[in-house]
Order: sequence, then C-alpha cells, then structure tokens
Amino acid sequence: MELNAISIGFVVFSIFTLGGGFGVVTTRNLFQGTIWLMVSLFGVAGYFILLSAPFLAAVQILVYIGAIAILIIFAVMLTRSVARIKERYIRILPSFIASLALFLILLLGVTIPIFGAHSPESIPEYVASTRNLGTALVDENGFVVPFLLASVLLTAAMIGAIFIARDENA
Amino acid sequence: MNVLNEWAFVGLFAVLAPVFPALPIVIAWLFRPRKPNVLKSSTYECGVETIGDTWVQFRVQYYIYGLIFLVFDVEMVFLFPWAVAYNEMSLFGFVAGFLFIFLLTDALFYAWKKNALDWK
Amino acid sequence: MEELCTGLCSVLAESGADAGLALFLSLLVGVLLVSGVPLITVILLIWIERKVAARIQDRIGPNRVGPVGLLQTIADMIKLLSKEDITPTAADRVLYNAAPLVSFASVVLIWAVIPFTPFHYGVDLEIGALYFVAIASFGTLAIMAAGWASNNKYALLGAFRVVALLVSYEVPLVFALLLPVMLAGSMSLLDIVNAQTGMWFIVLSPLAFVIFYISSQAETGRAPFDLIEAESELVAGFNIEYSGMKFGMFFAAEFLHVFTNGIIMAILFFGGWLGPLYYESPLIAFAWLGAKGGLIYLTTLWLRNTVPRLRIDQIMAFNWKFLVPLSIANLIAVSFALKLLQELGWAPRDLLSASFGELLPTTVILLIINGAMILYLLGVLRERGREARRESHDPRAAIANVGAAAD
Repeated sequence: MELNAISIGFVVFSIFTLGGGFGVVTTRNLFQGTIWLMVSLFGVAGYFILLSAPFLAAVQILVYIGAIAILIIFAVMLTRSVARIKERYIRILPSFIASLALFLILLLGVTIPIFGAHSPESIPEYVASTRNLGTALVDENGFVVPFLLASVLLTAAMIGAIFIARDENA
Repeated sequence: MNVLNEWAFVGLFAVLAPVFPALPIVIAWLFRPRKPNVLKSSTYECGVETIGDTWVQFRVQYYIYGLIFLVFDVEMVFLFPWAVAYNEMSLFGFVAGFLFIFLLTDALFYAWKKNALDWK
Repeated sequence: MEELCTGLCSVLAESGADAGLALFLSLLVGVLLVSGVPLITVILLIWIERKVAARIQDRIGPNRVGPVGLLQTIADMIKLLSKEDITPTAADRVLYNAAPLVSFASVVLIWAVIPFTPFHYGVDLEIGALYFVAIASFGTLAIMAAGWASNNKYALLGAFRVVALLVSYEVPLVFALLLPVMLAGSMSLLDIVNAQTGMWFIVLSPLAFVIFYISSQAETGRAPFDLIEAESELVAGFNIEYSGMKFGMFFAAEFLHVFTNGIIMAILFFGGWLGPLYYESPLIAFAWLGAKGGLIYLTTLWLRNTVPRLRIDQIMAFNWKFLVPLSIANLIAVSFALKLLQELGWAPRDLLSASFGELLPTTVILLIINGAMILYLLGVLRERGREARRESHDPRAAIANVGAAAD
C-alpha cells in the first residue's frame, strides 16, 4: 500500500474505531464505556472525511457525540449504581458464535457483490455537494417521499418516547 | 488546496488544539509544590465529609429533554441541506421542507400538551 | 491563511523539499498562525472582562499590575502556575485530566473556519456553519466528563444541569443559524459573508439574530443562564474539584467562547469584514470584523453583569415553550415570504451577486414581517409578565414556585 496522507488517515481512524470498540467491550464502567463508544464513532466520522463526505462526518459528530452520548449518559444516570457491573458475563460461547456469524456475513457482504454491484466503475466521478443533497431531498423525482417519511418517523419516535418515559407519572 | 488538504489542516488543528492548554498545565506540573495528604486529596464536595455514593439517581426529566433534543438534532441534519439548496428550489421543494418542519412541530406540541416539557 | 500556505508550499517545494513535507510544514505554519489569534486574544479578554464587570458594578477593577492593570492576567497566570494541583483520590484520573483540555480545544477549533479577511482564513469548509455546531458537541461532552470524573455529587449535579441547558439551547441556536445558511445558500462562512455584500442579514432577519444571541448566551453559560457556576446552589458547579491551571483552562475556555460567539455573530449577521474601505487592505477588513465582534462581545458582558440568574425550571420552560416554537415560526415565516417573493420575481435567487437596489423590496417586506412578529411577541411577553406579577402577590403561588425549584 502506498504511504500517503489518505492511508495514514485511514490507519489513524482505524485505531480510533477499533480501539474505541475494544474499550467499550472491556471496561466495566458504563460511563467510561460511553466515552469509548464516542471515540469509536469519532473514528467513523474520520472515515467519512476520507471518503470526501464531510457533511456526513459533521452529522456523525453532531448526532452521536452531541446527542446520543448525552442521552446514553442521562439514561445511565437514571439507574442506581449499575455503573460498576460486578458479575461476570457467562454466556461466552453463544456470544462468540453470534459475533463470528455477524462478522462473516458482513465480510461476505462487503467482498462478494450480493447486494447489487460493487465494482469500482459504479462509483461516479464527481463528488456530490451538500447542495445536491438538498435539491435531491425535496425533488419530486428524487427523495421527497423518504424525506417526509423520515419526518413522520421522527414524530412517531418522539411521541413514543414521551409516552413510554412519562407512563408512570401521567 | 483540494478538499482533503483542507481537512488535513483541520486534522492538524485538532491534534494541536489540546496541546495549547496542555502546555501551561505541563509547565505548572514542573513548578508546582507537591504535598498531598489524605485529607487534601479527599473529595471536597462542599467542605464537609462526603456521605454516601456519588452515584445518586437523577430525575427522569433530564432523559426526556435528551430524547426531545435528539429528535430535533436529527431534524436539523435534514434541514441543513434543505437550507443550502433553498435558493434554487421550486415552490414544491419549499412546501416539502415546510411539511417536514410542520410534522415535527406537531411532535413538540404533543410533548407540550403531555407536560413532558415541564421541569418536575 | 490559505494564500500564505499555497505560497509557502510552492516555495518549499521549489527548494527541493519533499512535496508531502512541504505541505505538512505549510499546514503547520497556517495552524500556528490561525490558532495564535484566539490564544493571544484570550489573555486580553480576561482583562477586558474584569474591567467591564468592575465598571458596571461601580468599581475600578484591576489597576495595580502594569498600566491600567493590563498585566493582571499575566500575574494571575504565574500565580495559577505555582499553585498545587490537587487530583482527588476518588477521581477518574484520565477523564479528569482530559476534560479541561478538550473543553479549551473545542473552542479554539472553531477558529479554524473563521474568515478574518477575504483572503486570510484557516480553511473555507463547505460545511463551515455545521462544523461550528458539531465542534461544540465536544465541549458539552467535556463538561459531562469533568463532572463525572470528579466523583463529587455537586460536580455531577452541576454538570447535568449545564449539559441539559446546553443541549436544550442548541435547538433554537441551530434553527436561527439555518436562516443565514438559507439566505446565502451555503454553509461556508466565507460565502455567508460575501452574500451580505448587498445587505447584512441582521436587516433581513433581525429576529433570527435575537434568537441566536440569546441561545449563544446560554451556550456559553452566561447570566441569566449561568447555572454553570451557581455558587449559591451547587458550591461551584461542575469544576469544584479542579484547582490550579486545570481550573484556569475551564475559565479561559469560557472567556474565549463568549468572544468567539461574538465573532461568529458578526460573520453570520453583520457582514463579517464588510465595511467602508475593506477592500483597500486586509488590515481594514480585519479591523471591521474585530470591531463588530468586539461590540457584540461587550453587549454580552453588559447583559451578564446586569441580569440575575434564572432557576433551571424557568430556563427550560423559556427554551422549550418560547424560544424553540419562536425559532421554528421565524424560520417558516421568513422562508415562506422569501420563496413567495422569489417566485414572483421580486427577490433575487442568488444573494451572492445581488446588489443593494435589487434587495430593497425584499428587505422592506422581510423587515415588516419581522417587525410584526417582534411586536406580537412583546405583547405576549408583557401579558405574561403581568400574569406573573399577579401570581406573585398570591402567597400560595409563591410557595408552589419555591417547591418547583428543588431538584
């Protein structure tokens, strides 16, 4: 592999992503686990930049580090002292088989073109800008239906969340 | 400068940004007095001895605000490209964006009416 | 400092250096130049902040060290450097030490995208405005980590309140930010400034500026939103356990954040470097940006030292029941009116090249809409104020309010 800025970036962000993931599964502290998860997702944001999709990278940071991390911490703090998990996890063999199976499926999905063509030629030459994304989102021949469905989904998510969270007090 | 060079600049900035505040802290580490004792290194809290676990149970309202914020955060993600493309958009495109915002305003009013926005 | 970078890069490359190395060195010089601006201003800012606060409170303020106390900050730094740095034994050492660094870095990083003059800026990112919002997430997480790592009930409670405040006020902040992005048709801060050549965005959408101003005051944790250091309730807030230089870093980050927000507001709504004779010299352009940002910064200091602190339930109710609906209504009203004008052909579709004359009808109509909304709001607020005063005369209501303040 040629050693250039992109490959260095790839290695650095891979260390972030994999190291963060390793931290999540090894730490016994839920708060530290959240921070490790954010380290991992920060690495993913780096991949988006390397793939010339800075908008998605900003979104990744805004949504995951800005909102999901805070939400997880708020949720963790709702509980009482489960923060330091004492008992060991015992179902190691089923977990091992399940994760191995998932890994194999992902590996096959990426390397063998099962879900559509993945040949290099299918990637267009030009890089879409945020403006193209915005135009496509509200174009009647584009993605206007998924765009509005996303809004309905978000509304449903909010109503559902409030309904569940406030059930006891209502 | 191509796009990736711009991001190399940001990346280098991100690497150096924590170094600036770290420098005075390291300098302080070289000069500062070091006389720790058990009492000094105990948790200060409010001056008196700490009672019980720090991990107190927090109210559910923080979580509800977090959830509502998350929904709005995802909404903003969709609205930024919409705003960027606004000037080139037809009336149809504007109405689609309007409907998107309107549906989420509904969710906000639902939360309001269910008293989910009240601090209690 | 893009111009300089490309210039330096080619000079280095011609002198026979490796191309990658030349690029790296030029980037490094650029980073150091850009980051130098906030790092030098922060020393001055602490002095300004103390002097202004003192004047408002009818005091003199720092006046012993150096001329008019200018060297006070340097003296404070030397004092902080010589202070013993206590890390509580119960603290999570890694997070405890990392939090002040991330907190400060998250503010300095904003300066990477700030255009100082038409030709001098760190980078002109396509997603500049979104970058500004995304970077703030790191600051929020740092406060949370500081509160948790201190292993102290008050610190954790303080961090929780602050984070709830920060995430809540991010919603109206971003809705207000969408308007300049929408008007300019770009998230790049450079494009946003250039689009204001015909007309500053403060004139096209004054209400958005008011919303942005209020929410950024909250984002920096300044009065009336200064839950961040509610001494009377939480000892000191999330940074109780911090001492010495680490404590100083949280404060430097806060001071710098307030000024940075002033500069951002100058760029988004007041045309950044635009002003008479800005094209004559980059220095004049830079002075315009500094003057505008500095003026906004001074008003935030004025506000901070004038208004009392609000309770958390009041702050949250104000945000979710007033500011968020208002910012959404403002976005819908302005975008609807502008789209209608564009469809009728009265408003230009591209503000980047629109002149003052072309924008005049649009400006008048948008101003009328904004004025109507502001008048209506003032009416609503006055009615609410009267109601609140009536309630406060009722002793039962007063007791109920005290109960609501408890955590």
